[in-house]
Amino acid sequence: MHTENLTDILQQHPFLQEISDKHMEILVGCASNAHFSEGDFLIHEGQMANKFFLIRTGRVALEIDVSPRGPLRIQTVGPGDVLGWSWLISPFRWHFSGCAVAEVRALALDGECLRNKCENDHDFGYEMLKRLAQVMERRVDATRMQLLDLYGMTPGVRP
Amino acid sequence: MMADHEPQVTALPDPMLVEPVTIKRVVWETDDTFTLLLDMSKRGEMFSFLPGQFNMLYVFGVGEVAISISSDSAKPRTLIHTIHRVGTVTSALAQLKRGDMIGVRGPFGTSWPVEAARRKDVCVVAGGIGLAPLRPVIYSMLRDRKKYGRIILLYGARSPLDLLYRVELEQWSREANLEVLVTVDRGDSSWKGYIGVVTTLFSYLKLDARATAAYVCGPETMMRYTIDELDRRGLPEDQIYVSMERNMKCAVGFCGHCQYGPDFICKDGSVFTLSRVRASLEKKEL
Repeated sequence: MHTENLTDILQQHPFLQEISDKHMEILVGCASNAHFSEGDFLIHEGQMANKFFLIRTGRVALEIDVSPRGPLRIQTVGPGDVLGWSWLISPFRWHFSGCAVAEVRALALDGECLRNKCENDHDFGYEMLKRLAQVMERRVDATRMQLLDLYGMTPGVRP
Repeated sequence: MMADHEPQVTALPDPMLVEPVTIKRVVWETDDTFTLLLDMSKRGEMFSFLPGQFNMLYVFGVGEVAISISSDSAKPRTLIHTIHRVGTVTSALAQLKRGDMIGVRGPFGTSWPVEAARRKDVCVVAGGIGLAPLRPVIYSMLRDRKKYGRIILLYGARSPLDLLYRVELEQWSREANLEVLVTVDRGDSSWKGYIGVVTTLFSYLKLDARATAAYVCGPETMMRYTIDELDRRGLPEDQIYVSMERNMKCAVGFCGHCQYGPDFICKDGSVFTLSRVRASLEKKEL
């Protein structure tokens, strides 16, 4: 039976497309496979951001606690997405919770391990930052569009 | 100016003539959006239209409004319009019930190029009530399913309660030959689907840029972001079709209310290739 090794799995994830062998070698040392059932929390708002996840399958809902209303689901991430960048940004705490809304298979990367490697190898650190900046830019764009509440307008109808 | 794809305005004996039609049924889709099913079975000849065309609906004594047709063009005995209650005429339409009569003239405008998309993949992107003008496309393609490659529907709405045609969406989602991804801007813990704007759904797709046609309908800002995503994926402008909306009055290009750059949306649209309207789309004042 053929078993995919971690390097193969990491290479298939869009976040790590065309990453160099040298940088892949660094990443593999901090990576592990992770599995979550529906309803499991991958991350908890306010807790230390010790890990981040590259989602392979399934879907994770990002929630913010809006007391007294309770948790508000603001976004989902799915296959090919990255979950979390707080591991890289001080004070390294999650700003939201992440709950699996469908069975999730992911690659978990140890945030502290990666931070140290970014500090020790600035080329690697810059590569990580460039890739995460793209993710952040897309998320900011999507959030801006979400804030516009576009569907309050009427495209199909000419009033 | 003539539009640059497929069949155009259907030749009507008198495009200003209003035909009285009976409402067969009213279905409320959401809090502010409803569907009228109109009985066309008593007409001498069948009412024919192309996916993407619209009718002018007249509430007697109130006024007229342009509404896209959202029924199956192969079932001409019932004409279906899904309407967002926003203004005087649409609010008056919302008051009507089974057995009431309205006036209909049409169909008007250009259509989604379902024939030209044969043998291609088709990516349908709808936002909010933008799904209504696209529903006839889906019916048409599903009827001739073997003539198309992949058919993908990306649909975004404000919340789960604002989703149109929920029963059909679930049915389409179960069909193996149609890829349906639905997202909402705001969800709660009971919603297990995607949350986020419709453009985020592109992350979960691989499109063959050369072999894909995209049909986009929704708020203009949503369409601009969608076009950015399609550009990023390399789809040529002439394979992207958008439905533009402006206030239409005469529906035949006389009054000028819906002028959009060099085009009249009622006559030259409302479905355009992106290449035709891109310059206008980029002008804020239009």
